[in-house]
Amino acid sequence: MSGSSRLPPAARAILRGDRRALARSITQIENGEPSAEPILASLYPRTRGIPVVGIAGPLGVGKSSLINALIARLRSHGKTVAVVAVDPSSPFSGGSVLGDRIRIERRPDDEGVFFRSMASRGASGGVASATLEAARLLDAAGFDVVLVETVGSGQVDVAIREIATTSVVVLVPHLGDEVQTLKAGLFEIADVFCVNKSDLPGADTAKRDLDDLVAQGTHEGRWTPVVVATSTIAPTGIDALWEAIESHERFLDSSGARTASERHRLTVEIVGLVRERVGRELAERLEGDRELRTLLDQVVARSLDPRTAARKLHLGFPRDE
Amino acid sequence: MTPPSRHPRGHPIRVLIAKPGLDGHDRGAKVVARALRDAGMEVIYAGLRQTPEEIVRAALEEDVDLIGLSILSGAHMALFPRVLSLLKQEKAGRIPVFAGGIIPDEDARRLRKAGIRAIFGPGTTLEEIVATARKIARRRA
Repeated sequence: MSGSSRLPPAARAILRGDRRALARSITQIENGEPSAEPILASLYPRTRGIPVVGIAGPLGVGKSSLINALIARLRSHGKTVAVVAVDPSSPFSGGSVLGDRIRIERRPDDEGVFFRSMASRGASGGVASATLEAARLLDAAGFDVVLVETVGSGQVDVAIREIATTSVVVLVPHLGDEVQTLKAGLFEIADVFCVNKSDLPGADTAKRDLDDLVAQGTHEGRWTPVVVATSTIAPTGIDALWEAIESHERFLDSSGARTASERHRLTVEIVGLVRERVGRELAERLEGDRELRTLLDQVVARSLDPRTAARKLHLGFPRDE
Repeated sequence: MTPPSRHPRGHPIRVLIAKPGLDGHDRGAKVVARALRDAGMEVIYAGLRQTPEEIVRAALEEDVDLIGLSILSGAHMALFPRVLSLLKQEKAGRIPVFAGGIIPDEDARRLRKAGIRAIFGPGTTLEEIVATARKIARRRA
C-alpha cells in the first residue's frame, strides 16, 4: 500500500494484523496518552466505516451471552468480529471487575475474534470517546464488525448512540409494564429491540408491549425499530437478531441516513474534543490566577455573586487573532 | 472525577485473574478480584476452567500489567509452567505472574524458580496480596 512507510510503527503493525500492537494502542487511547494520537491520525483514512453494533440494556439481561451467540453466528458466516465490552468503574476506588469474557466461548487460536474489556472510568463522555477511537483502530485492523457492549446503566448506555451505527437494546420479560417503555432514555435509542430470555414466561407480553411502542412511532421514511425475541440457552432468534441489525445497516445506506448520522456523530465528537482541550487549558490558566483570587475573595465576602464573577473572568480572557 | 487524560502515567493497573485447569472452586479467585478492585485496579476476571492458551490470549488482548492464577486441583506443576512458556513464546515474558491456591512448599520453590513471582497459600491476608500485586505489576514506559 502506498505511503505505509510513513506510518508510525504501531500503525503499520496494526495494519499487518499484529494483535498486541492493537491491544497496546487501545490501552494508550484509554489512558489518554499522547502517543495514541499519531496512530489514530494515520489510521483514520484507512477506516472503512464498518458496522459498529451497540448492545445496550440493564445489568443481567444477557448482553454478554448474546454477544457470544452473535460471535458464533458471524464466525460461521466467515465474518471477523471485534468486541469492546465496557463494565463500570467504582466511583469509590476507581477499580473495576471486568467480567464479560467469562461468557465468551471460542477457540483460543481463532484470529477472527478479538475481545477487549474496558472500564468506564467515571466520565461517560470519556468512555464514549475511548470506545469510539478503539472501534476505529479495530476497523483499520480489518475486522468486519465491531460489537460494543455497554456498561448496563442509564445515561451511560444512551451514549452508545454516539458510537454505534446500529443500537440494539436488550430487555427481558417482567422488567415492568408498558408505561416503562414510554420513559425517556433507553427506549428512544433502539434501532433493534431484543427480548432476551424469551424462554421465560412473560416474554410474549414483553414483545407485544414493544411491538405496540414501535407501531406508535412509525414515520414515513424513518427507520422503524425491529423487535426480536431471543434465547441463548438453546440459542434461538440469533439469526433474526443479526438480520435485523443488517437490515438497519442496509437502511442507513439506502436512505442516505448513514452520511447524515455520521456527520452528526463526528460533530459531537469534534466539539467534545475541543471542549476537552479548552477545559484543560482553562483549568491550567486559572490555577493561581490573580484575578480569580481577587474575585473569589469578593464572592466569599458576598459582595459579588458567582455568575457575575464568571462573566468578569470570561471577559478578561485574552482572545486569539 | 478527574478524567484519565490528565494523568497519562496514573492509569489503573490492569490485572487478569484466571483459574487454569478443571477445579470448580473460584471463591478465592473472586475474593482476590474484589480486593484488587477495591485497591483501584481494573480486574479482568476470566473465570473458571481456562486453558493456558486462553489465559495467554486474554492477557495479550487485554494488555494487562499482571496475571494472577488460582488453582486448587493440584495440577499447578503442569499448568503454571505452561502459561509461563506460552508467554515467553509470545514475547510477553515480562508480564509478571502470581499464583494462589494449595501449593506444597517444595512445588512453590520450583515454581518461583521457573518464574512465578509470588505464591500465596491459605492464610495470606488480602493486604499482602494487594501490596505484592502493586509491587510486581509491570511498569509501562
